[in-house]
Amino acid sequence: MYEILEKEVLAPTIKKLKVKAPMIAKKTKPGNFIILRVDEKGERIPLTVADYERESGIISIIFQEVGYSTKLLGQMDKGDQIQDIVGPLGHHIDLEGYQKVVLLGGGSGTALLYPKVRGFYEQGAEVISITGARTKNLIILEEELEKYSDRLFIATDDGSYGHHGYVTDILKDLLEKEADIDLVVAIGPVPMMKAVADMTEEYGIKTIVSLNTVMVDGTGMCGACRVTVGGERKFTCVDGPAFDAHQVDFKELMNRLNFYQDEENLVHDTAVEEDN
Amino acid sequence: MSLQKKKTPMKEQEPEERIKNFKEVPFGYSDQEALVEADRCLHCKHQPCVEGCPVHVPIPQFIQALKDGDVVEANQIIKSKNNLPAVCGRVCPQEEQCEKVCVMGIKNEPVAIGRLERYVADYNMERGSDKTSAEEIEKMKLSELEGRKVAVIGAGPAGLTAAADLAKYGLEVTIFEALHETGGVLRYGIPEFRLPKDIVDQEVEAIKELGVDVQLNVVVGKSITVEELFEQGYESMFIGVGAGLPRFLNIPGENLNGVYSANEFLTRVNLMKAFKYPEYKTPVVVGDKVAVVGAGNVAMDAARTAKRLGAEDVYIVYRRAEEQMPARSEEIHHAQEEKIELKLLNNPVAIHGEDGRVAQMECQQMKLGEKDDSGRRRPIPIEGSNWMLELDTVIIAIGQNPNPLLTSNTKNLKTKSWGGIEVGEDQQTSRRGVYAGGDVVTGAATVIKAMGAGKTAAENMKNYLLEKSKK
Repeated sequence: MYEILEKEVLAPTIKKLKVKAPMIAKKTKPGNFIILRVDEKGERIPLTVADYERESGIISIIFQEVGYSTKLLGQMDKGDQIQDIVGPLGHHIDLEGYQKVVLLGGGSGTALLYPKVRGFYEQGAEVISITGARTKNLIILEEELEKYSDRLFIATDDGSYGHHGYVTDILKDLLEKEADIDLVVAIGPVPMMKAVADMTEEYGIKTIVSLNTVMVDGTGMCGACRVTVGGERKFTCVDGPAFDAHQVDFKELMNRLNFYQDEENLVHDTAVEEDN
Repeated sequence: MSLQKKKTPMKEQEPEERIKNFKEVPFGYSDQEALVEADRCLHCKHQPCVEGCPVHVPIPQFIQALKDGDVVEANQIIKSKNNLPAVCGRVCPQEEQCEKVCVMGIKNEPVAIGRLERYVADYNMERGSDKTSAEEIEKMKLSELEGRKVAVIGAGPAGLTAAADLAKYGLEVTIFEALHETGGVLRYGIPEFRLPKDIVDQEVEAIKELGVDVQLNVVVGKSITVEELFEQGYESMFIGVGAGLPRFLNIPGENLNGVYSANEFLTRVNLMKAFKYPEYKTPVVVGDKVAVVGAGNVAMDAARTAKRLGAEDVYIVYRRAEEQMPARSEEIHHAQEEKIELKLLNNPVAIHGEDGRVAQMECQQMKLGEKDDSGRRRPIPIEGSNWMLELDTVIIAIGQNPNPLLTSNTKNLKTKSWGGIEVGEDQQTSRRGVYAGGDVVTGAATVIKAMGAGKTAAENMKNYLLEKSKK
């Protein structure tokens, strides 16, 4: 069991938990993820490690309540125990060798982006962060991003905060004006990542996306997370989760992400009935 | 009294009934049936059955104890060599091992050794007499080894066996397991109806009572490395991480929704209990028509599981012929009783989808040619014979390779081209003090072979540590 030491509500459906997990805190690098199971009957869900404190053995996870399991996790409080956490899993991102990096986070994808922002900044690269959401109160981690970015841009779909429009509008502008960007990192909903990939391909700039596929074991055992990258089958859990954005088959990824939609709804409805 | 020529039959659930539930298919022997079957043992002097068993269970001796009415003693005799008797009594391919060489089997059916083993194990489990007493454990300990730390990586059949034996020598044993439950393939692979999970729980409990510590959710190679384990004072270790990497067919359409690796399908159902969905939250989708590609035990497990999850038509699609199917004949028989249809001499060439989901599998008919390297007649495609099988779900069960997660993150560990860890006869790897066994060494094989390797490794680890302390 893993105790929740702190809980913070970042946005109405985006929560942050600090959990005691010394072995994972000691080993995690930007890009790694964990798999957790809320309780005995829970699914195994993959979540990025947003932050880690090696000395005190604490990890932070940030997640958006999208399905049954993340909602259940969102209802947990300080002092509660999470059944299982395993990690760190996946490959960490190679931070070295870049001078100027643009990092884009969409919605809760910003939580996954943050450790990379910090990583590149601490590595000495010039860091330009762009975060976006539907509306102002869904913008998360502004302060943290500010701290580890040379420049921070914010966009909201409804114009309630920052640029009125999409994160890709800001990226487009940067790509036009600044020719020395040598890496773009995009994490967020699939359509956003695809839009970024299409845009940077025109400019010939290396781009990395981090995929959030369906997973079961997270150790390469089941293949649920398989994606096509550069025409080859890859397992997101052990070969990723970060891949070359220009090689990812986003259409297939989108299709696979939607596979369990009916089942997800059923689990949710059943739980609602139980509550009533 | 003349001896019964055939094995005493074991009662089981009727096929029409059992395809509606996940309960175990065979019921096991009654006391009376076990005695009748035990009486069939001839107690021949040279005991070929003992040699036929990968862990050398003293079979005639345990059967004698049964005849004498001492079922507790019978269990102690089995447990002297086999740490998982209730598991082995159920899933061992006895027809290939002990029963294959049984003298009774020359003219008649062999003694049903597996069924008797199961009876003994269950009898003692039910009465709580399956545990080794504290005095017994004390007696087995070697003073030179007491308190010294060893690690076992992977809580499957190989690891559990090694851990139990190592603990009996007096060593302080810690098992590191990547998943949230013990058992490895016994937990995620073999379905409830063939091996109930409370049996696995009880076997593991008995091993823990020997003093073995189990750390779940630790992926050695990621959470901690082999080097770090040495630094933490583990003097020797055993790697039994299994063959967990699923193979795919590499045909078009394999990434459509509705295509599962057998590993994923079975893990969802067995480990994550998707058969109790939505009470348990992990879903699995089967639909009405399911094809399982492959014809080994895993394929039979997947097919029978799909049937129990409500699929109307379940097919086994296999490119060779019936006599070449690698599954145990008992499993094929059970599958056929459950109306699973064999589509033999058919090779899938593509999976076609509609709206991103499986719709049909295109199969090409095959015929048998000359023998290949495996000694089996090679299947040859028949030109122009392609046909479509309408489907909702495809399950790929064509084998697994060793999972590279540990080997690729461990220095100086020699592996073969296909990923298996290289070991010597003593199960030691290219790294001193690091032993390995089970599927990660052999590629996907049987539970009992993995247990045999775990046992051999444990004995050699003991010798290694004794030798080491002399220096």
